[in-house]
Amino acid sequence: MKSLEELAKIKASRREALKIREGIPSATEKAHVMMCGGAGCISSNCKDVVEAMQASLAKNGIADQVQVILTGCMGPCDMGPVAIVYPDATFYRRLKPKDADAIVEEHIMKGNLVPRLLYRAPGAKEPTPKVTDMDLFAKQKKIVLRNNFYIDPTNIEDYIANDGYVALGKALTAMTPAEVVEEVKKAGIRGRGGAGFSTGMKWSFCAASKGTPKYVVCNGDEGDPGAFMDRSVLEGDPHSIIEGMAICGRAIGAEQGYVYVRAEYPLAIDRLSYAIDKAREYGLLGKNIFDTGFNFEIEIRIGAGAFVCGEETALLTSIEGKRGEPKPRPPFPANEGVWAKPTVLNNVETWANIAEIILKGADWYSSIGTAGSKGTKVFALAGRINNTGIVEVPMGTTLREIVYEIGGGIPRKKAFKAVQTGGPSGGCIPAEQLDTPIDFESLTALGAMMGSGGMIVMDEDTCMVDIAKFFMDFIVDESCGKCSPCRIGTKRMLEILERITTGKGKEGDIELLLELGNTIKSTALCGLGQTAPNPILSTIKYFRDEYESHIKENKCAAKVCEFVE
Amino acid sequence: MINLTIDNRKVAVEEGSTILEAAKSVGINIPTLCYLKDINVIGACRICLVDVKGARTFIPSCVAPVSEGMVVNTHTPNLIKARKLVLELILSDHPMECLTCKRNGNCELQKLAEEFGLSEIRFEGAKTEYPIDDSSPALIRDPRKCILCRRCISVCTNIQSVQALTVENRGFNSLVAPAFNEKLANMECVQCGQCSLVCPTGAIVEQDDTDKVWAALADPKKHVVVQTAPATRVQIGETIGAEPGTIATGQMVAGLRSLGFDKVFDTDFSADLTILEEGNELLQRVTTGGVLPMITSCSPGWIKFIEHFYPDLLPHLSTCKSPQQMFGALAKTYYAQKEGIDPKDIYSVSIMPCTAKKYECQRPEMFSSGYQDVDVVLTTRELGRMFKQSGMSMTNLPEEEYDAPLGISTGAGELFGASGGVMEAALRTVYEVVTGKELEDINFTACRGITGVKEATVNVGDLPVSVAITNGLGNARKVLDKIRAGEAGYHFIEVMCCPGGCIGGGGSPIPTNLDVRLKRIDAVYTEDERMVLRKSHQNPAVQDLYAEFLEKPLGHKSHELLHTHYTERDHYPKEEC
Amino acid sequence: MVACTCGCGEDELTKQLDKVIDEYRGQPSGLIQVLTKAQNLIGYLPLWVQTRIAKGLGVSLQEVYGVVTFYAFFSLIPRGRHKIAVCAGTACYVKGSKTVLKTLREVLGVKEGQTTPDSRFTVEVVRCIGACGLAPAMIIDGKDVHGRLEPEQIPGILEQYA
Repeated sequence: MKSLEELAKIKASRREALKIREGIPSATEKAHVMMCGGAGCISSNCKDVVEAMQASLAKNGIADQVQVILTGCMGPCDMGPVAIVYPDATFYRRLKPKDADAIVEEHIMKGNLVPRLLYRAPGAKEPTPKVTDMDLFAKQKKIVLRNNFYIDPTNIEDYIANDGYVALGKALTAMTPAEVVEEVKKAGIRGRGGAGFSTGMKWSFCAASKGTPKYVVCNGDEGDPGAFMDRSVLEGDPHSIIEGMAICGRAIGAEQGYVYVRAEYPLAIDRLSYAIDKAREYGLLGKNIFDTGFNFEIEIRIGAGAFVCGEETALLTSIEGKRGEPKPRPPFPANEGVWAKPTVLNNVETWANIAEIILKGADWYSSIGTAGSKGTKVFALAGRINNTGIVEVPMGTTLREIVYEIGGGIPRKKAFKAVQTGGPSGGCIPAEQLDTPIDFESLTALGAMMGSGGMIVMDEDTCMVDIAKFFMDFIVDESCGKCSPCRIGTKRMLEILERITTGKGKEGDIELLLELGNTIKSTALCGLGQTAPNPILSTIKYFRDEYESHIKENKCAAKVCEFVE
Repeated sequence: MINLTIDNRKVAVEEGSTILEAAKSVGINIPTLCYLKDINVIGACRICLVDVKGARTFIPSCVAPVSEGMVVNTHTPNLIKARKLVLELILSDHPMECLTCKRNGNCELQKLAEEFGLSEIRFEGAKTEYPIDDSSPALIRDPRKCILCRRCISVCTNIQSVQALTVENRGFNSLVAPAFNEKLANMECVQCGQCSLVCPTGAIVEQDDTDKVWAALADPKKHVVVQTAPATRVQIGETIGAEPGTIATGQMVAGLRSLGFDKVFDTDFSADLTILEEGNELLQRVTTGGVLPMITSCSPGWIKFIEHFYPDLLPHLSTCKSPQQMFGALAKTYYAQKEGIDPKDIYSVSIMPCTAKKYECQRPEMFSSGYQDVDVVLTTRELGRMFKQSGMSMTNLPEEEYDAPLGISTGAGELFGASGGVMEAALRTVYEVVTGKELEDINFTACRGITGVKEATVNVGDLPVSVAITNGLGNARKVLDKIRAGEAGYHFIEVMCCPGGCIGGGGSPIPTNLDVRLKRIDAVYTEDERMVLRKSHQNPAVQDLYAEFLEKPLGHKSHELLHTHYTERDHYPKEEC
Repeated sequence: MVACTCGCGEDELTKQLDKVIDEYRGQPSGLIQVLTKAQNLIGYLPLWVQTRIAKGLGVSLQEVYGVVTFYAFFSLIPRGRHKIAVCAGTACYVKGSKTVLKTLREVLGVKEGQTTPDSRFTVEVVRCIGACGLAPAMIIDGKDVHGRLEPEQIPGILEQYA
């Protein structure tokens, strides 16, 4: 890529080819069927539906007039496989291969909707055919997932058609590195990986750091056992990561990036490495990008299954091919990161925001969200809720809106009990806090955490002591073992919980859990250990009566725990 | 300078100092456990936590650098409580066998428990259970007592560059061991025992052979002789509470005699002998175009290291046995003949600052007398233990002299205890033998000190002899890499396996740290100066030995008894078909 | 693939392993990449594989073994012909993955992390597989997702895998 003009040319021509996806009928094409290719839909065999669709199109002789495209995750995983048929933007759900003929022959060829496959809002008689009218999406705002309805993740020109790489062009040709850092700072975006540190500040520290070379790293080691947001971005819109990282490279003076992805995400690794190859082919990675003398390369590093590698110092150590154990900070990665060189590390979701911030400006971005937390947040909504899936909402949206308006409430008329956010680092939030607007501070104040964005809904059939044990079991399994409070302390907490959930709890166990939990929080070496007690502390805070009835009466109200004599 | 406040006291320290160092500079001692200055600074145990104003969590003072205006408190009630709980957790996964532990009374964990006043362990539950590894003749590993501080890994990997240990598994199942939890004896472990010196608990200790010695002493049929390594006399005092650097040669000799040894001899004697053999070997190599540089071979950990990691460089090693093994071979031949004792009745004990010597005496090459030349090796620590077991107060004993002939030595032999000592002793002799002139100044100060790699050039007549001296295997590796690269233009290299030389050996009293090492080194040179004879070739007993028995250096008998060969060893397990 | 597993360098499998090692020869930082590829090639990481990798990359066997035992993805023992991965994501847990595991334990007689004596199945617990909509779910052989599992379906599902 030599110039912005060249990019604009590709964009214009591709946009023309894709205008059907904007609802503008085409003279040569009848339809684009965007089939969700997210993990949930693939699990529900969406690829078989694609095959059936193609067979049906061929049978009807219109294969050359209809494109069937596998996209990234669209969000409503519970309804999968789902698809959107353009130009009319009709949303179909729970598709089976046998439904292909109906869509092709009725919808595409005759223009008739297929009512049985349409979405119906909870309690509504009439279906909602158009995706843009669905209640599920009404409260959402898509920045990170901006392209997931629209593009073929394996086609770089699709990404370019939706303003892809324009921000990189702008950063390289119209802004100084300092201006780029300043813009990100002004936007107020905070790291989406957990603690919520200001991204712009991080970049400015690294830019000011004297060491060379510098590195840009993407944390794609999504390990939270209830989260798959990063995976949907990596699979659905890999170029947004590449572009964000390249912009950062320019801003801090780095020429090498690493993306650290879990081995458990083979599709994400494939899509991303394909995208990196394509970007290189188009001159958007490599030497002398946009003829500005800026060079940038990205390499994928595979994480081999260690939750602690989500912690930044552990991840950077893992990139070096070692045991992914955290190190004390300081030194911070901005000064001494990978290979002990200055490094900016952000997570997938953060990177996916960057191009939009540069393109549309800090003022636009900071107008979204709350005073302290700007922009949107992607959550993986799951558990005892009707609409399981991925949602993206502005910061400040309340839990009630997410659970009831977007999530469609609790199935089978069960009573809501709690929502767990932040995975093993987070906590359980009870019903009385449902109207809390979500941002970094409010969740922390509740004893939970934004975390990476897992959000699990629990109802009256969930035992909170058992849930606490679930998370502690996970942590004990994933503790690296370097520092003593985490290595031994979490094990002891788990042992106490195992006692309580099998009817062997003792007077004083709750107090001991509290003492251990609070001490581990203030003494553990890394973020994993320091937040590990949160699931226990928050459940004791809000559901202490459940612990007490387990200990004193050998009673589990949710009938989950089995007491043995 | 950085200004900060610690416990309401103003402190100014250099930039880059840690909070721990800053506190120490004003006399505030923060408790530590995994921390070991210059060796292990990883902030893992969480005992040294302090309260830093404005910080979200407590801060590990051993790794955290000071910053301007920092306000630190080292003993708030919450902090004391937190440290106590961390210690309680560590103890909840510890076997509590203190009374029967080798480190009873000299254990850092025990000391902390005492200082913190811990009165109960409230946690019951799983404990680390891995089998004890006593496969090595030198060391015993007991993972149950390991607190995962990783000092042993750091010293083995970073100081010795051996890396025979690693952390395996993760979380509560973590284990410090060789790969596949393999036995130490089967690994590239060089048995130097530096791990046992740095272990804060009893998780790695020396093999204890004191019972064998007690049994031999009680056996009326045995003629039990003992040799004491150069470093032991400047170490043994520490085992009964004397200051590091205390010289206790005469008391040690008296003590050994009181224990019942029939003869108390000195490795310094065979050190002098080594100089004559090795010095002549060097001259022979220089004059006949032999393999140069020649490297010393006194240190068994070092020998095992080069056999594993640089087998291609084995021809550079001097073929001389170590002084311990020269002594052993002579005790059961020359001494036996001279005294008319059947060698099978001689029980030969050596006292060494070294664990690898336990391994060396069992090597198949070390049976030159027709018997195992040295029957058992005790470390300085074990000798201290024997003195304690006997109830003997060594300090109250009158000083006594070593027995003749194998107890007669020069100051040069004593130098073997410190890094650079073998080289200095060799130069004193080689110079005079080659030039026939007496040295004006026999102190080769360029050889001395604890620097990792020392170099010097000494004019021996017309020949400028270029030498290098290293201590610690990591430093030896640097020199070996230079040889491999063809960039080492030395004639002679001295290698000692352990940092500082034998006075810092793996069998030394605990603690052995930099300060202690420096004091012991000073004591070695004091001991040298105390001696009337300070050049090996002046040793009358050695002169007699050649006249009566060996005939000449590098002669036939020497080759049979005093020289050896080496074995190439892989440093990976065999991949067999 | 039938192969001599001694690492003598003669057999086809060892040659393929060497090719993987060659990519990072002398580069300790490539250790995790090499181990990942080696396991994909051989199925697990026995001593001879780790030794060969250690030599190739120029690191100690201790370094390799420390890394292998740190990451859950790496296995020291051969695994069964079919790998059952039970999702232990929070959503699946809330919806009953415990019951799925219990049923598998009963039907196959092995616990998680173990392989049946006939080498047919290895049961593993994995973190969120992103099929939260299908909770509780398991994946067999990395591709077949079985979702909304009820205990009584499980024997029937297993029968499909010989």
